[in-house]
Amino acid sequence: MSDPSSPLSVHDLTVAYQRQPVLWNIDYEAPAARLVAIVGPNGAGKSTLIKALLDLIPRATGEVQFFSQTYQQSRQRVAYVPQRTTVDWDFPVTAHDVVTMGLYGRLGWFRPVTRAAKRESLEALERVGLADFAKRQISQLSGGQQQRVFLARALVQQADLYLMDEPFAGVDAATERTIVGLLQGLRGEGKTALVVHHDLQTVNEYFDDVLLLNMRVIAAGPVATVFNAENLKRTYGGKLALLDQVGHQMVLAGRPQ
Amino acid sequence: MDPFLFLESLTLAETEWARVLLLRDYNTRIVLCGTMILGVASGVVGALMLLRKRALVADVASHAALPGIGAAYLIMEAIRPDSGRWLPGLLLGATVSASCGLLFAQGMRHIRRIKEDAALAITLSLFFGMGVVLLTWIQSLPTGHAAGLNEFIFGKAAALLASDITGIAIAAVIAVSVVALLRKEFCLLCFDAEYAHAGGWPVTGLDLLLTALVIVITVVGMQSVGLLLVVALMVLPPTAARFWTDRFDPLVWFSGGFGGAAAALGVLLSALVPKFAAGAVIVLSGTFLFALSFLFGSQRGLWWRYRAMSAAQRQIAIDDLLRACYEILEPQLGSIEELTEKPLTQAALLETHRWSPKRLRPLLHRAELADLLRRDSQGNWRLTADGRRAAIQAVRYHRLCELYLIHYADVPLLGADRTADAFEHSLRPEILEQLEAMLEAQSPRFSVPANPHAATETVARTPRPEAVS
Amino acid sequence: MNVFWSDWSAIDTWIVITAALAAMACALPGTFLLLRRESLMGDALSHATLPGMVLAFLVLNAATQAGWLTPAGMTAWRHPALFVGAAISGVLCGLLAELLQRWGRMEPSAALGVVFTSLFALGLLLIRTWADQAHIDPGCVLYGNLEMVIADPFGQSGIPRAVVINGAMLAVNATLLLLFYKEIKLCTFDRDLARSLGIPADRVHLMLLAMTGATVVAAFESVGSILVIAMLVAPPATALLLSDRLGGVLIGALIVAVVTAFGGHLAALALPVMLHRWAGAAEASSVSTAGMMAVVAGGLFLTTWFLSPRYGLLRQRLDQARLRRRILSEDILGVLYRLEELRPAAVPGADNASLAATLSVAPWRLWRALSRLTQRGWIVAGGQGVILTPEGRKAARDLVRSHRLWESYLAKHFVIPDRRLHTLAEAAEHFVGPKIQEALAEELEQPVRDPHGATIPPSTAS
Repeated sequence: MSDPSSPLSVHDLTVAYQRQPVLWNIDYEAPAARLVAIVGPNGAGKSTLIKALLDLIPRATGEVQFFSQTYQQSRQRVAYVPQRTTVDWDFPVTAHDVVTMGLYGRLGWFRPVTRAAKRESLEALERVGLADFAKRQISQLSGGQQQRVFLARALVQQADLYLMDEPFAGVDAATERTIVGLLQGLRGEGKTALVVHHDLQTVNEYFDDVLLLNMRVIAAGPVATVFNAENLKRTYGGKLALLDQVGHQMVLAGRPQ
Repeated sequence: MDPFLFLESLTLAETEWARVLLLRDYNTRIVLCGTMILGVASGVVGALMLLRKRALVADVASHAALPGIGAAYLIMEAIRPDSGRWLPGLLLGATVSASCGLLFAQGMRHIRRIKEDAALAITLSLFFGMGVVLLTWIQSLPTGHAAGLNEFIFGKAAALLASDITGIAIAAVIAVSVVALLRKEFCLLCFDAEYAHAGGWPVTGLDLLLTALVIVITVVGMQSVGLLLVVALMVLPPTAARFWTDRFDPLVWFSGGFGGAAAALGVLLSALVPKFAAGAVIVLSGTFLFALSFLFGSQRGLWWRYRAMSAAQRQIAIDDLLRACYEILEPQLGSIEELTEKPLTQAALLETHRWSPKRLRPLLHRAELADLLRRDSQGNWRLTADGRRAAIQAVRYHRLCELYLIHYADVPLLGADRTADAFEHSLRPEILEQLEAMLEAQSPRFSVPANPHAATETVARTPRPEAVS
Repeated sequence: MNVFWSDWSAIDTWIVITAALAAMACALPGTFLLLRRESLMGDALSHATLPGMVLAFLVLNAATQAGWLTPAGMTAWRHPALFVGAAISGVLCGLLAELLQRWGRMEPSAALGVVFTSLFALGLLLIRTWADQAHIDPGCVLYGNLEMVIADPFGQSGIPRAVVINGAMLAVNATLLLLFYKEIKLCTFDRDLARSLGIPADRVHLMLLAMTGATVVAAFESVGSILVIAMLVAPPATALLLSDRLGGVLIGALIVAVVTAFGGHLAALALPVMLHRWAGAAEASSVSTAGMMAVVAGGLFLTTWFLSPRYGLLRQRLDQARLRRRILSEDILGVLYRLEELRPAAVPGADNASLAATLSVAPWRLWRALSRLTQRGWIVAGGQGVILTPEGRKAARDLVRSHRLWESYLAKHFVIPDRRLHTLAEAAEHFVGPKIQEALAEELEQPVRDPHGATIPPSTAS
C-alpha cells in the first residue's frame, strides 16, 4: 500500500456538494520534507481538498491517512491555516490570544492557558516578526499581519504537516517574504507543507513539489518535472465538460424529474 | 409647582429613599439579590451568544418555553388537582419545550431554502402560538387560575420570593462556572468554529452546551422579569460591554457586571417609585447602560471616535495648509532658513490647493491662533518659527509617503500626490522609520526628501492619462 | 364536524375574513423579509410598536383632560392616533437598529435585539405607570381581539372596522408591489446590481420597512402580535417550499394565509369541543383564535416540509429509494451481461445466491429487484437461474457501453491505476444517458476497446 513515512496519503477521495462531485477520485501521496504547492484555476476544488482532508466537509468516498493514521489519531501532527477571510476580525481578541489558540489542543479540556503556553505563543509571534503587535486587537492589523498571525498559530502547534489555504492571498511583499522564509525553515526541520497557491510565477521559486488540480489530479511531483506548459494547459484548459455533465446528472437523479 | 411644597415632598421622601437605598426592606433585598444574580448570569451567557453571532436565539428560546409551561401545568393538574403551579415542574416543562423549539429550528437547517433567521422566526411563532393556545385554554377552564402562568410572560420581579432565589442562584452558578471552566473552548468556538473543528474540538457539542445554558437562564429568568425582558438581559449587557473592551475575558465579565448593575439599578428605581414595574425598569436601566456605553465607551464609544476623527481632520487640514505654504515658497528659497522671511498671499494659497475662500479663512485663523502663521503689516501671511518646523515636518512626511507609494505600491506617479494626501496621515510610525532609513540616500535638498515630481519631470509629462485615452 | 357548522355564525365569518385579510396583508411584505433574511424583523416590530401606542393614548388623554378634545372626539381620534403612534415607533425601531449597526459596528441581529427589547420595556413601563386606564392590556396586545371584531363596526355599516383597515392595508401593499415589482425584486435579489442600474436600493428598503411597519400596526389591534409574527414568516416560508418563482411564492403565500385563517379559526372552535368530548375537559372552555392560527400556520409549514412535491422530505426519501432500486436493477443487468460475455459457451444466467454475493445486497432487496425486472420483461427464469431476454440484453449492453466508455474517459484524463477504474465507473455508469454516451464516444474517437481490453459494445441506438 502506501509508504508509511508519507505525511499524507489520499486514496480515491471524492467530495460532493449537494451530490455534485467537486473533486473526483483524488489519489495523492505527499512526499516528506517538501514544500508542495496546490495549483489550479478557480473552482478547481483546492480549498475543498484541504477541508475534506481535515474532515471539515464530508467526503463521498475515499480514504485519507496522515502518517499512516487517521486524522483523529494524528491531529497533533497536522496544523491548518484557514483562509484569512473565514473569521470575524472584529472579534475581541489580541494577536497573542489568537496564536495561543494553536496550543489549546495540547492544553486539553478545562485547563486554563498556562504562562508557558503564553510564552511559547509570543515566541511564535516573534518568529513571524509581530512581537510588537502581540497586544493589538486583531482588526488593527493589516491583512498581511493577520495572515502572519494565522501562520504563527499553526507554528505553535509544532506539527509535522502544515495545510495552508491561500496564505499568500492579498498580502504585502514583506509578509510574503516572511512566509516563504518560514516555510523553508519548516522544510529544514523535515516538515511538510501543502500550500494552496495562486501565483504561477512564484511556484518555481518557492516550492519543491506541485500538485496540479482541476477537479481531479492533473499531475503531481517535483516542480522541475511536473510544472511544465503542457500540464498547465491541461490544468487551466477549462473543466472537463463531460465530467461536469455526469456530475450534474448525479444531482438530478436524486431530484424530481 | 410651589417650591416649598416640593422641598417638603423631598424631605418626606428622604425617609423612603433611605429605607430603599439602605436595603432595610426585606422584600427589596430579596428582589435585588435575585435579579442581580440573574443579571450577572445572563450577561455572561449573553456575551458568548453575541460573539457566536446568535444574539436572538434567547428570544426564540423564551417564546418556545411557553407551551411547556402550559403543558406542565395541565399534566400536574391532571395528576393531582391544585398542584399545577408547582414551580420546579413548570420550569422543567419550560426547559423541555424550549429545547424542543431550538432543536426544531436546528432541524430546519436541512432545508436549503429556509435560512437561519426564517427558521428561528417560524419556530418562535409556532411555539408561541401553541403557548398562547394552551394558556388561553387553561384560563377559560373553570378550575384553572392561570394567574401564576401569565407571570411567565410579563414577569413578577417585584414579587420574587426567597425560594425563587435558590433556583436562580443554582442556575446562575452552573452557567457562570461552566463558562469559567470552558472559557478557552468557548473563545475558540466563537472566534473560529472551523479551526476548532479541525483541531478536534466537538463544535456541535459545545454549541449544544451553550444553547443549554441559554435555555436554563431564559427559563429561570422568565419568571422574574418575564419572557421578553430576559432576552433583553442577554442582549443589552454584552453589546454594552463590547464598547469598553477589545478582549474576550473582560468582555464576558464586564457583560456580567453590566447585567448585575442593570438589575440593581432597576430594582432600586422601582422600589423608589411605587408604580414602576421592576422588570421593565431593569431592562430600561440596561438600555441606559447600553446608551452610555455606545456614546462614551472607551473602545468604540461614538463620542471618542467622533473626537478623534475631528481632531485628525483638523490636523490634516493644518498640515495641508503648511505644506501648501512650503510648496509656494520652495522655488524662491536659497536656504531652508528663509522660509520664515518670505510673504504669502491668500490668492497664492487659494491657487495651490483646492480650498474655497470660505474654508481657507477659518483655517488660516486657526493656524494663526496656534502661532504657526502670522500676518505682516501688508496683510500677507508669514510662517512663524514654529510654523516653519511644522511645515518642514509635514512636507517631509508627505514626500516620504509619495516615494513609498511610487517605489513599493505600484501606484502610478501621476496619481501619487493625491493618494499620499490621504495616506500619510494614517501611516504607522514603524513604517515611517523604515522609509526614512530607506530613502536617506535620496540626497534631500534641505532636510526634506526631494520632490519626486521634480526629479522625474520629463517622464511624468509624456504619459498623461488624458493624452493616452 | 356538524357541531361546529351548526354553531357557525356571522361572527365566525367576520373573524375569518378579518384574520384572512390581515394575514394576506402581512404575507406580502413578509415574503421580502424572508428573502432578505430579516424574518425576525416581524417579531421585533410587533414588540417595538407598544410604546408608540401607549404614548399616543397618553397624549390623547392629556388633550381631553386639558379640554382640547371632547370625550366623543377622543373616541373618534383614538384609532388614528394609535395607528400613527405605533407606526412612528415601528419605523424608529428600524432606523435605530440601522444606526446602531452603522455607528456602533454592531451585528444586525444584536442591534435589532437591543432596540426592540428596550422599546418594549419602555412600552410596558408606560402602561403600568401611567396608562392603567388606557385599556391597552399587554395581554390584549399579545392575543389580539379577534373574537370581538364584530363589536366595533366601521361607521354605520355592519362591516367590522378591522376588516376595513386590514383590507385597505392589503390593497395598499398589493398596489405598491405591483407598481414597484421589478425594482423590489431586483433590490431583494442583488442590491449592488440594483444600485448600479440606478435604482435607489436604500429607498426601496425603507419603503419595504415602512410597508411592514404599517401592516404590522394595522393588523396589530385586531389580530394581536402573535398572529402578526406568525403571518409575516410562516405563509411565505411555506410558499417558498412550493414554488421556484417569486410571483408563485407571493401568490402561494396569499393562499396559505387564507387557508391558515380559516383553518385556525376552525381549529380554535373545534379544539375545546374535542377536548370536552375525549378528554373530559369542561365544556365552556375556549382557546385563543389568534394563537390557534399561529399554530396552524406552523403546522402547514411543517406539513409542506414533509410533503412538498418538490422539496419535501418525503419526496427526497422516495427519490433516493427509487434511485437505489434503479441502480440495483441496472447492476443485475450488468452482471448477467458480463457473464454471457465471459462464458459464451456455458449455461447462461445466474442464480439468486451468486447474484446476491456479487452485488453484496440483501436477499429481499434482490428478490424485489428481480421481480421488477421480470415484470418489465427484461429477464426470465432459465439457465442457471435467471437469464436476459433480448430487450434486457439491449438495456444491459447500453449500460455496459456506458461503463466502459467512462472507464476509457477516466483513463484518458486521470492518473488512476487500471484496477481501480472499474469501481469508479461502477458509480458513474448509471448517470450516463444516451446523449453523454454519444459525446463520450465522440471525444474518445469511437473506441472499440476499454482500458482493460474488453470490447465496448456498440451503441444500441443505431
